[in-house]
Amino acid sequence: MQNVYLAGIGATPVGEHYTRSLIDLALESLRQAFVDIKYHATPSQVGALYVANAMGEALAGDAHLGALLATMAGFQGVEAFRLSSAGASGGVALHQACMAVASGVHDLVVILGVEKVTDKLQDAQEASLSLATDSDFEAFHGITVTSQWAMLMRRYMHEYGYEADAFAPFPINAHANGTANPEAMYRFPVKISTYQKASQIASPLNMLDCSTLADGAATVLLVSERLMREIGNPPVRVAGRALASDTLALHDRPDPLWLSAVHQSARRALHQARMEPADVDVLELTDPHGIAAALALEASGFVTRGTSPRHAADGGITPTGTTPIATAGGYKSRGDIGGASGVYQVVELVRQLRGCAPSGQVPNARVAFAQSLGGVGATAVTHILVRDD
Amino acid sequence: MHLAKHWRQKAAYYRLEGQRHRVTGEVRFPARQATVGESDEAAEAWEPFVLSGKGEIYSFSVVRQAPAGFEYLAPYPVALVRLAEGPLVTAQLTDCCEDDLFIGQPVEMVTRRLKDTGKDGVLVYGYKFRPVLTQVKGNG
Repeated sequence: MQNVYLAGIGATPVGEHYTRSLIDLALESLRQAFVDIKYHATPSQVGALYVANAMGEALAGDAHLGALLATMAGFQGVEAFRLSSAGASGGVALHQACMAVASGVHDLVVILGVEKVTDKLQDAQEASLSLATDSDFEAFHGITVTSQWAMLMRRYMHEYGYEADAFAPFPINAHANGTANPEAMYRFPVKISTYQKASQIASPLNMLDCSTLADGAATVLLVSERLMREIGNPPVRVAGRALASDTLALHDRPDPLWLSAVHQSARRALHQARMEPADVDVLELTDPHGIAAALALEASGFVTRGTSPRHAADGGITPTGTTPIATAGGYKSRGDIGGASGVYQVVELVRQLRGCAPSGQVPNARVAFAQSLGGVGATAVTHILVRDD
Repeated sequence: MHLAKHWRQKAAYYRLEGQRHRVTGEVRFPARQATVGESDEAAEAWEPFVLSGKGEIYSFSVVRQAPAGFEYLAPYPVALVRLAEGPLVTAQLTDCCEDDLFIGQPVEMVTRRLKDTGKDGVLVYGYKFRPVLTQVKGNG
């Protein structure tokens, strides 16, 4: 197996891009990624295009995205296809793309995450998102992914003795970091007093506990070691990668507060990289709500069960803490870009490892942890990224 | 409305029918297909079984941003219910108000209309759970 590197990155601002199409957003991020490598590799060298997209049919009116975007980008004839695994689509695409380069099949592949959601109103968005749940036994009852997380949060509060505002440090950290990120959707700080007054979305989750689904596209260029040397950007290597699955339905899990796929993917990816959780300098989690980050930190082995809110209150999740998360604003401030989120995560972590993050830079970050979830961790993909020089 | 998809689940939706293991007595809901590698004999040990519909709230929430088809109900309470026979099940709660709900609260199954049926007009029924009547405090 060859080493695999993240050579180029690009991303559009996250937001409500009413005047711009899915194609517009996708091409902007693609072009940026090739500018980022200063065209040391050309589009003619692209071996494959992996398009990560979760909700194209329902919200964008497009489903055949591989060929569409390949031809629009000028990659006509190239191997191109779409990967769709709910919110984990971006992580899944990177995971699959890594194998193509590691195996030596390709020297350069493109991972393009794109989601266009704001052409539709909220009821359609919620219905589309709820397809990540068990359609016969959850979505059928009007269950949303947000309400799944909400039920886990209430149970967590019950089992470990927390009040709802114990989760306030998560959005406060996310917004503090996202304020300086030009790509973030909500660039303003949040105070605890504002959090306490926020109206309910799915109790006990309030408005400031909940991310907003938005439009955006992000691209990463994945290359072989040989090409990485030619390109010359600071080398960021994919040192570990693992994908695991769990039941869609919460009620089918023996212990709903334990995200077993998260545990398995984190453990395997760290093992592959020959690392422990303590070796990680900066993280990107799927954190649409504080409870999601809390359960992922626990299942991934960063903190013990029941302690995430205390860890967050002690500053552990800030850029100077032991597990910095949401350094670019996370899902809450940057925005939830559906199936593109996993690619945005990697764009941010490459910036962190290059030392050029526009916000929330972790000093001397060398090892990064990206975790992309679909549904409530029914699909979990973890990547370990390492600065290699 | 996925009419056939709904119809195929009628035993579960209308009777809360799951499965019970002939030997161990273990109950599961919903019914499951045999897994890869499971013998026909092992799979057949799981017999159809109608659950009592009694249980208690494991956790709950109230949905205020509803998916298409459920807007007319919002806000509506949803719950994970630990059934008396062991399985957890996800459903809406009914005949209650949010302030009266608590983890551990005894609930029972009732059959109710579930969603706005749209232009095809099919009545979509299924199970919901309500606080056991003697447990309701006041009129909500």
